[in-house]
Amino acid sequence: MKHVYLDNAATTPMAPEVIQVMTEQMQQNFGNASNIHYFGRAARKVLDDSRQIFAKSINANENEIMLTSGGTESDNTAVMQTAFKRQNLGKHIITTAIEHEAILKPLQFLETQGFEVTYLPVDEAGQISLTDFKQALRPDTILVTIMTGNNEVGSHMPIHEIGEILKDHQAWFHTDAVQAYGLLDIDVQRDHIDLLSVSAHKLNGPKLLGFLYRREGVNFPSFIKGGDQEDKRRAGTENIPAIAGFAKAVQLDTTTEKQKRQKRYAGFKQQIITGLKQNQVAFAVNGGLEPTNLQHVLNLWIKGVSTYVLQMNLDLAGFAISGGSACTAGSLEPSHVLTAMYGKASPRVEESIRISFGKDNTAAEIDAFVTTLVKIIARVKQEPKVATN
Amino acid sequence: MSENANANTRVVVGLSGGVDSSVAALLLKEQGYDVVGVFMKNWDDTDENGVCTATEDYKDVTKVANEIGIPYYSVNFEKEYWDRVFEYFLDEYRHGRTPNPDVICNKEIKFKAFLDYALELGADYIATGHYARVTKDANGTVHMLRGVDGNKDQTYFLSQLSQDQLQKVMFPLGEMTKPEVRKVAAKYGLATAEKKDSMGICFIGEKNFKQFLGQYLPAQPGKMMTVDGEVKGTHDGLMYYTIGQRQGLGIGGNGKSNDPWFVIGKDLKTNTLYVGQGFHNEHLYATHLEASKFAFTSKLDRGTTFHVTAKFRYRQKDTGVTVHLNADQTALIEFDEPVRAITPGQAVVLYDGDECLGSGTINAAYNDDRVLQYV
Repeated sequence: MKHVYLDNAATTPMAPEVIQVMTEQMQQNFGNASNIHYFGRAARKVLDDSRQIFAKSINANENEIMLTSGGTESDNTAVMQTAFKRQNLGKHIITTAIEHEAILKPLQFLETQGFEVTYLPVDEAGQISLTDFKQALRPDTILVTIMTGNNEVGSHMPIHEIGEILKDHQAWFHTDAVQAYGLLDIDVQRDHIDLLSVSAHKLNGPKLLGFLYRREGVNFPSFIKGGDQEDKRRAGTENIPAIAGFAKAVQLDTTTEKQKRQKRYAGFKQQIITGLKQNQVAFAVNGGLEPTNLQHVLNLWIKGVSTYVLQMNLDLAGFAISGGSACTAGSLEPSHVLTAMYGKASPRVEESIRISFGKDNTAAEIDAFVTTLVKIIARVKQEPKVATN
Repeated sequence: MSENANANTRVVVGLSGGVDSSVAALLLKEQGYDVVGVFMKNWDDTDENGVCTATEDYKDVTKVANEIGIPYYSVNFEKEYWDRVFEYFLDEYRHGRTPNPDVICNKEIKFKAFLDYALELGADYIATGHYARVTKDANGTVHMLRGVDGNKDQTYFLSQLSQDQLQKVMFPLGEMTKPEVRKVAAKYGLATAEKKDSMGICFIGEKNFKQFLGQYLPAQPGKMMTVDGEVKGTHDGLMYYTIGQRQGLGIGGNGKSNDPWFVIGKDLKTNTLYVGQGFHNEHLYATHLEASKFAFTSKLDRGTTFHVTAKFRYRQKDTGVTVHLNADQTALIEFDEPVRAITPGQAVVLYDGDECLGSGTINAAYNDDRVLQYV
């Protein structure tokens, strides 16, 4: 059976060019970038070159890029270190109800430490309101952390407007750009962003790698303590081959390429929606279909069929999609994003799936997916229930 | 029959993370079926450190499924389990009875919620690691037979299953003994080969039963006395005791003899626990019982009065009985010889030879004309 991967918001396959660069680096460049000898210098060069590529990709300076173990560490660092560094200026933080757990869990911890967190609500499109935001902002707000684009429904937050509002406020502005980085043009100057999280494996790079952009002057102690790597801002020997691969992935993902992908994915979305309509499937799109949203995510409410039944049937038929996050015992937990958008009583919370596209998906795969999905829905709906005594 | 005759038959196996279901899945895979493993999470016992039994069991499921080479999933029936099994469980205790949650769990969860779900996954059958057998006769009726391992036979717990449910079931371990199952697991090096069997009721596990029940039901201490009215002490709450129980009474053999004391009855109205001396205390012996909610594994063709054998609790030896069946699913069951410690709330399960015919729930026990001091 051929397996089709439609879960690219979870992770992406590495690009062949990335694999090639990494393989070469693993074979030729094993040195520790902190060492002053020949091998150290060779590693250091790759690190410096890569850092320039990362900086340029978001219109930042290279000394503002700190490599991390990925999106989660970048988010944790931004939230925790800002809070503890700036608590003398206030203990109020603003975020949204639909952030990733890598933001929400540290914030929940901070709440136990005397910090106050405002969770901005979202509407049915997964969008916050700027009025709510302005009302929530206080003189003692020290951090605003709002994701660029949502990983479950693709809503694109008004980052530029928030940046404009915050540019004369003491609060630092952090955005989790893990999902958006590969698809949208990001400019930390234009949007007055102080901190920004990126992950390599969401754009066909390696896992366990990412960076945190820190505007010059935004200083706090290292979250991971140890050696003096990353200008003493993040301890631990850098993974040079992976960093080289990440830089390659960023280079491949040019502005033109981003626009091209957004357009292709929007087409895939439409292809699925049209296909389901033609087959009289009872469904609705969760969130909006605004062209400014992240187009790689399509979240569907399949009325009357539970998420896990859909997901497992699709998997058995060779299609990998997602639906909520798995708990440690493997079963699905209801999505906090859909809950925030529609309320926990909404059937959407238990009857939705997320399809997410990547650069390797084809229109033929999408067609096959629609055909299979339609068949599964029809079969599940007509399946009689077993009679008990 | 070609080797791949089974390839188009999808069997969804309920994997618990134990050795029995692991081997059940392995055997089906060996027979060429399209096997899918599913772990059921029915109970959340996550403690303050985030540790939960289900997580550990699920880890074993993932290991075993990978060793066998089958896809695996997890499904959550916590809500269904709470509504259909746990509420019943508490309610029976509230009424001073001793429930059998495993019988209801099989009827409502493993062979209902899970079976419905498996059918939605395109399953032709579900399979479990129960020790029982099913055979189909010429008319297409499925008969459930005792597992070959008499020591492990689990038909007692499966006795409420309907014909509709049995039509969709496979029990790959029915012809095997437990030692044979362990041997197969060891031979294939399954991660669960040496895992010890789970103990007791699934959601209580090895926890202190008294403490567990006390979290959900208020305990009302009361008098502990003999049927002659002699007070022997206080009990901690009727729900903590079952008919015929010896442990935990806290009274020595200081009565008419040196014989140990046993629970012989409960009176819910006066919150009294009746105790008596001697394992063979006359008040523990019944000649017949009344049961309700009688249901059969296939259509019964024996009239309203018939002679078969019965078990009144798990792993008990069969007793010959005469069944008088009523139209409202109640029954009067007379024993060929008196039976000790008939317990309201438990299942009375009927057998004809190896076939498990069905069961009802025990409501009251009698010794000739005298209703025993049960509830």
